[in-house]
Amino acid sequence: MRVSPKITQAMAVILLGLATLLTVVVLVLIIAFVLKRGVPEISWEFLSTKPKEMGKAGGILPTVVGTVLLPLIAIVIALPMGVGTAVYLSEYTRENRITKIIRFGTDCLAGIPSIIFGLFGYIFFVTMLGMGWSMLSGGLTLAIMILPTIIRTSEEAIRSVPQAYREVSCSLAATSWETVYKVVLPNALPGIMTGVMLGIGRSIGETAAVIFTAGSSLMMPHSLNDSVRTMSVHFYLLAREGISNEKAYATAAVLVFAVLFVNLAAYWMMNRFIAKRSR
Amino acid sequence: MQETPNTPAHPQRPGQRHAGDAVATWCRDKLARYIFMAVAFSATVSLLLIALFILKEGVPFIVKVGFKDFLFASEWNPAAGKFGIYPMIIASLWVTLGAMLIGAPLGVAGAIFLTQFVPRSVMRIIKPMIELLAGIPSVLYGFMGVMVLAPFIRNHFGGPGLSLLAASIILGIMVLPTVISISVDTINAVPRTYLEGALALGATRWQSVHMVILKAARSGIIASVILAMGRAVGETMAVIMVAGNAVKIPHSALDSVRTLTANIALEMGYATGLHRQALFATGVVLFVVVMILNSLAMAAMKRKTGS
Amino acid sequence: MKQVIFALVCGGAIALSSGCGKQRIAVTAAGSTAFQPFAEKLAEQFMAEHSDIAVTIQGGGSALGVQAALSGAAQIGMADLVKLPPEAQALTSVVVARDGIAVVVNNANPAKDLTMEQIRDIFSGKISNWKQLGGADHGITVVSREAGSGTRSSFEQIVKDVVLTKDAIIQDSNGTIRETVIMDENAIGYLSHGLLNEKLKAVTVHGTACTTEEVVAGRYPIVRPVYLLTKGAPTGACKAFIDYVCSDEGQKTIKESGLIPAK
Repeated sequence: MRVSPKITQAMAVILLGLATLLTVVVLVLIIAFVLKRGVPEISWEFLSTKPKEMGKAGGILPTVVGTVLLPLIAIVIALPMGVGTAVYLSEYTRENRITKIIRFGTDCLAGIPSIIFGLFGYIFFVTMLGMGWSMLSGGLTLAIMILPTIIRTSEEAIRSVPQAYREVSCSLAATSWETVYKVVLPNALPGIMTGVMLGIGRSIGETAAVIFTAGSSLMMPHSLNDSVRTMSVHFYLLAREGISNEKAYATAAVLVFAVLFVNLAAYWMMNRFIAKRSR
Repeated sequence: MQETPNTPAHPQRPGQRHAGDAVATWCRDKLARYIFMAVAFSATVSLLLIALFILKEGVPFIVKVGFKDFLFASEWNPAAGKFGIYPMIIASLWVTLGAMLIGAPLGVAGAIFLTQFVPRSVMRIIKPMIELLAGIPSVLYGFMGVMVLAPFIRNHFGGPGLSLLAASIILGIMVLPTVISISVDTINAVPRTYLEGALALGATRWQSVHMVILKAARSGIIASVILAMGRAVGETMAVIMVAGNAVKIPHSALDSVRTLTANIALEMGYATGLHRQALFATGVVLFVVVMILNSLAMAAMKRKTGS
Repeated sequence: MKQVIFALVCGGAIALSSGCGKQRIAVTAAGSTAFQPFAEKLAEQFMAEHSDIAVTIQGGGSALGVQAALSGAAQIGMADLVKLPPEAQALTSVVVARDGIAVVVNNANPAKDLTMEQIRDIFSGKISNWKQLGGADHGITVVSREAGSGTRSSFEQIVKDVVLTKDAIIQDSNGTIRETVIMDENAIGYLSHGLLNEKLKAVTVHGTACTTEEVVAGRYPIVRPVYLLTKGAPTGACKAFIDYVCSDEGQKTIKESGLIPAK
């Protein structure tokens, strides 16, 4: 006896809906847990003063600065390289063995554990190149870490731009570069932004690799050569050393807001970009 | 008749390129091409550098110690020269499997539901929320696992609580945003005409989704699951905090386990010489595991779309 | 708009890389994670008096401290080991503090006193159930640090060279061990005495409690020194910091923070 398609659909919708509900509920609970414990501790003083007593008292200003600068350095390096590579692979080359190998290699490297990058960064940047525990070492290491992800998602996004768009562009006598710049990239932008968001998210949340390369100094950084502590590292050290659970949760809450802010800012920028283009 | 002084010698029609323009455009195009090539090259070189570095440190070790004493031996005691990582390989495999069993179905189901059966206005709120969660640091998930999940498991299921099960659940939750985000983007990229065509042929919404849209989005969804799997295999901090890190082969999901990544992180700061090489060799093993996973996925993709 | 953001980023990068703010002599101390919080406090106080020196404290563990001092990645290595490894013989070492290692159990655990032999048997797995010690019928959850930890190697050496059971849960810091023991009624672990609080219980070893008086008097057996290591005799800013840590003021801070002063 065949089940009516309408019943199948109802069942499917219910199952899918439940799965989504479960996902959303779990994720919301996690954020609620953090905010409930952390928000009461947040104040302007917390955000704008330096930590005292290893973080048991005072604020988290240097870590805020670190959390802004390190991912920024990483993205400034990885975004052009990643999108450029993706563009080159999809637009300027034909599908051949080399591109397949590069794609495969990129996928693999996306899977290498962060700790290995941290170790590489420690041995290569911190020790061999003599950069020491610094924002530069940390930023470079993070850039290499998120590069494969950006390449992969950019490539997916670029490939999903319909071929018809390119053909139309060609028929209007646009060169490859103009096609890329004016047609492909703007349409691939949402997908690319997903990759960038994931990259920034990973950079902000990265702990082990950052400790090994950027160090964990509690002082305000004055140059790229200074060691810096990010909020994730600060949270980790506060929580694990049992120094102050309250400050730890507060730091985590600030982190949540920071990630929220970054995401919203990215959406706003993207919407403005799309709006400008469709004028 | 008087000629107006500003009439150009060769009147231009709109869209037509002047000869000088054409040269400039050609140069710009070639320049762009070379810049992109250089960028792609340097990116590839950087990534290659890392791969080679890890191999250079790890492979000589594997050659020296031998596969049997490294991959299949069960005793890990660097001080005594014993470098068997078999228990950790098993642990990594089980933890990843468990995480994907939780994260992949929930994630893909969520992506389908959100793109097909939910009004766009709701989506506009939920998608940013999910991307927000991709940014939550792993140590926070780990800490919550320690404070909330592990005691729960210990009180209701037994064992120390810090276990394979705890690690799988936490990792499963952690990969959800990745799977959902990328799957949503992939499904949204399927041209609307596919859906409209299916509906016009009399299919229900669900039939259109699973017979047409999902097939078209399949490669992207698989890509999202692979990226998530890669993330699960490579996760370090959260696993260290909730898995217990005992070096033994798990007999049940309630046993404490140590994954390959946890092993590296716990010992990296202290390891020198042969011990450090052993950890790089572990990195090589992870590299190979990821390569195998990716090959399987690529083969699966090819077989389905091949016919 | 995009141009504005781009300009800001470039300007910020240039400003940072040229280094705004006055130049200071940099000293990096790296190593023991147990001593790190105390070192940070000492650095804070030191820098309040010496504004021309910037002391940065990194963690990574005692062994990393030894390596960093040897390779020059850090000017000062911090190590809290009972016995310094052979490669550290080339370094100049100064004892700046002593740290008792407390054996801790959950507050709900009736155990009060253990002998060294019992501790050894528990951590090696020979005694695996609390009822063997007169307690409830529950398996013992042994919690320990990772293999390269200074705390762990000191502990294992002092407790008659115990070989840790394979079933032991491994955590990566004192704090996490503390949380684990606080939450698991059947857990037993060890941690730096400076981190004890009322949420968990330290057993007495052979009748001796792990307190500052007992450690100073030499009666509590599980104690290890904290070393500051330098390549060759310390000079300049490095020497200034080490001298500060060894001074009365530094030692007073150490005592007040929960560690035991060197003398």
